[in-house]
Amino acid sequence: MVNMELIPKVTSLDERLGAMAAHDDSPLATQEYFVNMGPQHPSTHGVLRLVLKLDGETVREVIPVLGYIHRGMEKKAETVGYRQQVHLTDRLDYLCSVMNNWVVSATIEKAAKIELNDRIQVVRTIFAELQRLQSHLLWWGVFGMDLGAFTPFLYGFRDREKITKIFEETIGARLTMNYIQPGGMMYDLHPTFQAEVKSLLLYMKPMFKEYDELVTGNIIIQERLRNVGCLDAKSAIALGTSGPVLRASGVPHDLRKSKPYGVYDKVNFRVPIGSVGDCWDRYAVRMLEMRESVSIIEQLIDNIPEGKHLTVKPGAKIRPPAGVYFEQMETARGIFGVLMNSDGSEKPTRVNYRTPNFHNLWCLTKIAPGGKIGDLVSIISSLDVVVPDIDR
Amino acid sequence: MSVSSFSRNIVSHLDSSPGTSAALFVSGLVGTLAFMSLMALILIYVERKVAAHFQCRLGPMRVGWHGILQSVADALKLILKEDIVPFSADKLMHATAPVFAVVAMLLTLIAIPLSSSLTLADSNIGVLYISAVSGLGVLGILLGGWSSNNKWSLIGAMRAGAQIISYELSATLSVLVIIMLSGSLKLSTIIQSQANGWWIWRAPGVGLIAFITFIISSTAEINRTPFDLAEGESELTAGFHTEYSGMRFAFFFLAEYLNLFVVSALGATLFLGGWMPLHIGDQQGLFSGFNQVMDLIPEFVWFMLKTASLIFLSMWFRWTFPRLRVDQLMKLEWKILMPIGFLNLVLAALMTFFGFFFFATGRGF
Repeated sequence: MVNMELIPKVTSLDERLGAMAAHDDSPLATQEYFVNMGPQHPSTHGVLRLVLKLDGETVREVIPVLGYIHRGMEKKAETVGYRQQVHLTDRLDYLCSVMNNWVVSATIEKAAKIELNDRIQVVRTIFAELQRLQSHLLWWGVFGMDLGAFTPFLYGFRDREKITKIFEETIGARLTMNYIQPGGMMYDLHPTFQAEVKSLLLYMKPMFKEYDELVTGNIIIQERLRNVGCLDAKSAIALGTSGPVLRASGVPHDLRKSKPYGVYDKVNFRVPIGSVGDCWDRYAVRMLEMRESVSIIEQLIDNIPEGKHLTVKPGAKIRPPAGVYFEQMETARGIFGVLMNSDGSEKPTRVNYRTPNFHNLWCLTKIAPGGKIGDLVSIISSLDVVVPDIDR
Repeated sequence: MSVSSFSRNIVSHLDSSPGTSAALFVSGLVGTLAFMSLMALILIYVERKVAAHFQCRLGPMRVGWHGILQSVADALKLILKEDIVPFSADKLMHATAPVFAVVAMLLTLIAIPLSSSLTLADSNIGVLYISAVSGLGVLGILLGGWSSNNKWSLIGAMRAGAQIISYELSATLSVLVIIMLSGSLKLSTIIQSQANGWWIWRAPGVGLIAFITFIISSTAEINRTPFDLAEGESELTAGFHTEYSGMRFAFFFLAEYLNLFVVSALGATLFLGGWMPLHIGDQQGLFSGFNQVMDLIPEFVWFMLKTASLIFLSMWFRWTFPRLRVDQLMKLEWKILMPIGFLNLVLAALMTFFGFFFFATGRGF
């Protein structure tokens, strides 16, 4: 049962702007003021708009204003039908495009009862983990930049580039990739895929030490992150957060463990969890998750079974029986759930995406007030929001 | 004949009547201006290259050999760019602010001795003059942030004001140590007093502590990472110069790099012996040959080498450290640096009183 007292109340923006404190007449009185952070702001990562109520440097209230990149993804998905909507999902959370493909495909496969072979499952898992790794690398770089250190940004991008190259060889795209489709993958693996991934793993392992030396061990970073933006476990659950944000608050909930999909039940990996739920915990959880991703890929890369990469006829019409279908998976940012309502025709009657970032962003209204502007920036960055995923 | 003695001859030859003296001063001013503009261009290029190599990339490579003309191209671009003044800005203030920032820096440069003869104004209160005039720079930042009529700019300006005024205390405290040890406010005398050993190691412990305090507080005074809160781009978009474009923005940019040069030059002058060559032992000792070789290097080159190494240190900070938070910044100054500075000052006073520092009797290091 969700504890409603832990969730901040929803009021309209006009209402809050109107409720500004009355002006005090004494000459030394200070006034709280409103500032727009975004939609064009370097640290809101896209077109997120936050209306801040500030008291000097201290943040009193944060009001997220959404909708600047709303494209009606779910309505589009209802219009284009089962097979084509997969190719829209790469624009949701562009850093988890293959994972988004996978969730939608898995829902359709569940609905239409499409059987998959082992090769498809293993390759999908490898790609999901590669993508988690590159997403966290990008986050790490941007996180450093938000805290004022520019160098980690380029280190992160340098190493992410190697993963992007691997994607490019097999998939042909670098960022908005469409690889997984109902019944398998669009293409088989590139012949050099295994060798490339192995050399990547060899390269990545010593790199984690470098990241720690550059950022993790820095006293300023630790001072800026510890006990900033604490999110307790109960509030984290009540606010519907998921992924590293939830796990940093000490809730060991990871769909890869609790409801294994792909071949996650056949590999060994640990789920890092935090204790306090501050920015430091969220940082540490992601840094450890990168190591786990490397370990998962390492276990799978030598054991890719032989088989076809697609089990259905390409372009075949998909008509799932009438019913409501739901599937959820763990992307780099949290739980991505897809709900589809089928009436037996070629197009779903209703599609709903439960995207992780929308819920993760919402906890900002709870944890940011009381901190400084600098804290707010590190909190936004530690939540790792991707705005097209919030607005859809 | 070395460069310095050559220029000294010219100066003594010209400096005969008040008229030529005034003409010399004006031409010196123009020379300083030209030198500094060139310096800023070089520093911007160097910063980009240093940053690039810290970040495993090449930096500017296209304009000229290894991008050596990149700063010139940037300057041209900024001159040609449209100068946008926000509609609701205070036009006069908005126009004056960048000038304040640059003029304050140019004024400090007059007093800095580039070599024993290349000094425009060797005032007997040189140190006092520099700390007084460099304080004008904050006026430019405050005005710029305020007149832009933008809340983000105002936050940046207020941060800069609080920060610069706070850290000025620590910087002055560490400079006071050197004034006390050398017994003079005149920069040339301070340099002369380091003929037998630079102050950083000549006063045991005290000089080093003062040097570290000076480096930290001067980095904060010139708004560079980890103390770049006034313009922290991830927090305040660009802080006090958000609403500036074109040449006015370039003025702030110029002032920032001149600032870097001035504090590094001051650090080199006060703690690293200015234009004094490095000597080990006295002239007759084991290292007399080494000392003679060191003397062959012109004074100006010594000064620039020392300044450049301090500038590199500052760039190293910038491309390694993240930014402090505003309350941590104040905590560092008022709870850590200030008490250390005062303690150090007391120690220096005791040392000066008892004459307890190395090489006091003319023996080199």
